[in-house]
Amino acid sequence: MTQILAQSAMAECWACDTQNDPAAYLCAACGKLLPSDSTDYFALFGLTHRLTLDVAALEKQFYRLSRKLHPDLYTRASKEKRQWSLEKSALLNDAYRALRDPIARTEYLLETEGIRLEEQSRDATDAARATGTDKQQVIPPDMLEEVFELNMQLEEVRMAAASNSQDPELMANLEVAEKNFTAQMEALQQQLESLWAAWDRALADNDAATKDAAKQAMVALLNRRSYIRNLVRDVRQALGKS
Amino acid sequence: MTQERVVGIDLGTTNSLVAFMQEDHPVVIPGEDGSNLVPSVVALAADGRMIVGNAARAHLIETPERAVYSVKRLMGRGVEDVQEELRFFPFHLAEDIAPGEVLRIRLGDREYTPPEISAYVLRQLKQNAERYFGPGSSVTKAVVTVPAYFNDAQRQATKDAGRMAGLDVLRLVNEPTAAALAYGLDKKKEGIVAVYDFGGGTFDISILKLQDGIFEVIATNGDTHLGGDDIDNLLMTIALDDIAGDLKLDLRHNGEAVQAIRKAVIEAKIALSSQPQATLDIHLPGGQQYRRTLTREQFEQLIAPVIARTAAPCRQAIQDAGITPAQIDEVVLVGGSTRIPRVRALVEEIFELPSRGKTPHTDLNPDEVVALGAAVQAKILAGGSAATEDMLLLDITPLSLGIEALGGVVARVIQRNSTIPASATEHFTTGVDGQTNVAIHVVQGEREMAKDCRSLARFDLKGIPPMTAGIPRIEVKFLIDANGILHVSAREQRSGKQAEIEVKPAYGLTDEQVETMILDSFDNAEEDFRQRQLVEARNEAETILTLVERAPSNPAWKLLAAEEHLRIARAKSDLEQVYKQEDYRAIRNAIEALDKATRHFAELQMETAVSFAIKGKTMRAADENMGKGPTAPHSIAPAEIET
Ligand SMILES: [Zn+2]
Repeated sequence: MTQILAQSAMAECWACDTQNDPAAYLCAACGKLLPSDSTDYFALFGLTHRLTLDVAALEKQFYRLSRKLHPDLYTRASKEKRQWSLEKSALLNDAYRALRDPIARTEYLLETEGIRLEEQSRDATDAARATGTDKQQVIPPDMLEEVFELNMQLEEVRMAAASNSQDPELMANLEVAEKNFTAQMEALQQQLESLWAAWDRALADNDAATKDAAKQAMVALLNRRSYIRNLVRDVRQALGKS
Repeated sequence: MTQERVVGIDLGTTNSLVAFMQEDHPVVIPGEDGSNLVPSVVALAADGRMIVGNAARAHLIETPERAVYSVKRLMGRGVEDVQEELRFFPFHLAEDIAPGEVLRIRLGDREYTPPEISAYVLRQLKQNAERYFGPGSSVTKAVVTVPAYFNDAQRQATKDAGRMAGLDVLRLVNEPTAAALAYGLDKKKEGIVAVYDFGGGTFDISILKLQDGIFEVIATNGDTHLGGDDIDNLLMTIALDDIAGDLKLDLRHNGEAVQAIRKAVIEAKIALSSQPQATLDIHLPGGQQYRRTLTREQFEQLIAPVIARTAAPCRQAIQDAGITPAQIDEVVLVGGSTRIPRVRALVEEIFELPSRGKTPHTDLNPDEVVALGAAVQAKILAGGSAATEDMLLLDITPLSLGIEALGGVVARVIQRNSTIPASATEHFTTGVDGQTNVAIHVVQGEREMAKDCRSLARFDLKGIPPMTAGIPRIEVKFLIDANGILHVSAREQRSGKQAEIEVKPAYGLTDEQVETMILDSFDNAEEDFRQRQLVEARNEAETILTLVERAPSNPAWKLLAAEEHLRIARAKSDLEQVYKQEDYRAIRNAIEALDKATRHFAELQMETAVSFAIKGKTMRAADENMGKGPTAPHSIAPAEIET
């Protein structure tokens, strides 16, 4: 009975049929990815959930894994193996795309922690559309004044555009606003990296309270970032830049 | 271990080529006529055979209603997409095509879908390769190239064409990527390479990162409605307007004249790439001559707006790649239209080449480089060789994939320029209690609203267990494979039930339809021909049998010897036996035997007929009938005159 259990727990390599330890994610014999049910992006690259990572090393590992998994290597294999290769290489590409990008990486990590930023945002969009109102984004409290002033200016630009005139002073103000918000975006990037460091330390120390605090701070930062990004978009539109 | 031969095919708008890896370098396989290029022209000959390539070109002018070219422009597209095409190309579409349906092209009195027409071109290339590899060799696997900017439906249509032609398409490779493979194979290059591919009907720009044998495409853009054909159309408009104005001759609907003008403007275009001027000299119906000299300066002014349209996709691709033009190490030119000096100048400007002391790469023949690259990829898929060792191509999807959400807005699930294979998982639920179906509309494109994007398919998720609204959780997985083709699967998570998906591909053929077209296109051409020969033979047999039946009532009959009566009776009974059977050759033989047996009777009958002074018919007419050959109805024909 124990024997049977042990046997079935072994993971058979889909490419070379070698029996592997169920915890292994690459075959000991041929180095190919094993059919584990895990779809964790970090684990795929042999990484823990640390957010600070070496993008150049990530690329090397991406190339190395691509050489093991890409469908080009399995066109002569059985249908089942071709399907495995297709699914695993899609997973690899999806993982690499998310991990190499700082924002997508952070969002992915928060998702593995049960926080779905994108879905929240999409639900809000859908709800707004369904009720015919504008999507309500919560204005970060410290930006209230700034945003109020900007909206006034954007409204003036729209009215001016409707009467085919242009106020150079207003446009100059918007240029300043664009620079200002772009600088804020860059500053957020710096802050994000220090939150990563906090998260990584808490992860190593297995410090649940600090992990939670870092997560909440990252969620707030990403929401703020997405808010400012929309402002930049509106300003650029008003300036005729996009 | 012997590797199966996998060929590389460039299925082009204007010309198509087949290539393979010989030892360590790719070579183009010539056709029987010695030419590397097979014009993508298909014509239905009078005898029902399908003619492809150079041989079919003559038909474009002689029987334009039975010939078709540039069919790549119609692949995977609907009638509402091709109105622009129809203004300039003499496509004869069937009249009853509804929006969303696969197009059908009329050749003579038959109709063919664009994949079927392409399948004839592919079959020709397959045959050229088999002939080249020697007796008994069969080519069943291929890599086929497509424009990088082709959408899902266009890719699927190309794959379907391969299947109809008896080719297992192992991979669809993007044309600019294939060119990069051919280019990189030679040089073992590292760095960032841009491929500017301006062909007959499409424009693509791809930016790749070459490193340790990995060819990683980082951005692509393009226009599937932009090519050398557009330049030809401009020149043609001028010529047709001239002719309408000066000669008061409207030739726009004269297929033969339009083809003659097209041929002349293409020659002028080619000449203007190397000469300061060229003359259009066209012989028109009615004996008039049209003549116009065009300087290169005029030509360049004229085509400037067309070639300028390639700039925006280039700039977008550079931006998407997250680089500046100065970071691009090499620019490779692909496609016949890059021979135009003005096009080269534009490329130099966009990629800031002169200021960096660089020139675009043109060392590989721009007409052949895509096929050569397809051969390299074919070799990689067949198991590789020393030359392709370590080479791996990582391509991307050119267009974002999205789902139509509330209000017709697009929710993106896979962004453009994502490395493929790529996947995304989305969750759906029901909006009404007890709802068992959920409809999903999948689109491709970059616009905000679904109606402005390309409709890929409508999926109907069926068999959802009836539950309170919002409770079912249906997980739908979208997967774009290495060919850039979408696959969808779905599962209802709460019940664990695999949801049934009904796919309605837009502008696509179902598996079953493709299956029938395999038979239709290949067995049919020959089968139809055989059928017609059989029907003709039977008709002749019936005619001659009727005549022989009546023969004894003819005065000439009595003049025959008993032996001759016997021989005729025997031949008649032989023909009666075979003429209901399927073998037209047996019927022909029996007809010939009966013809021979009755020849003396026919002669005697002629003589008696003359003395009978037949009503209405002269001897001369009877003579003509006689002279037409050995078949029985003719030799016996005078009997008809009597009745
Ligand atoms: Zn293995």
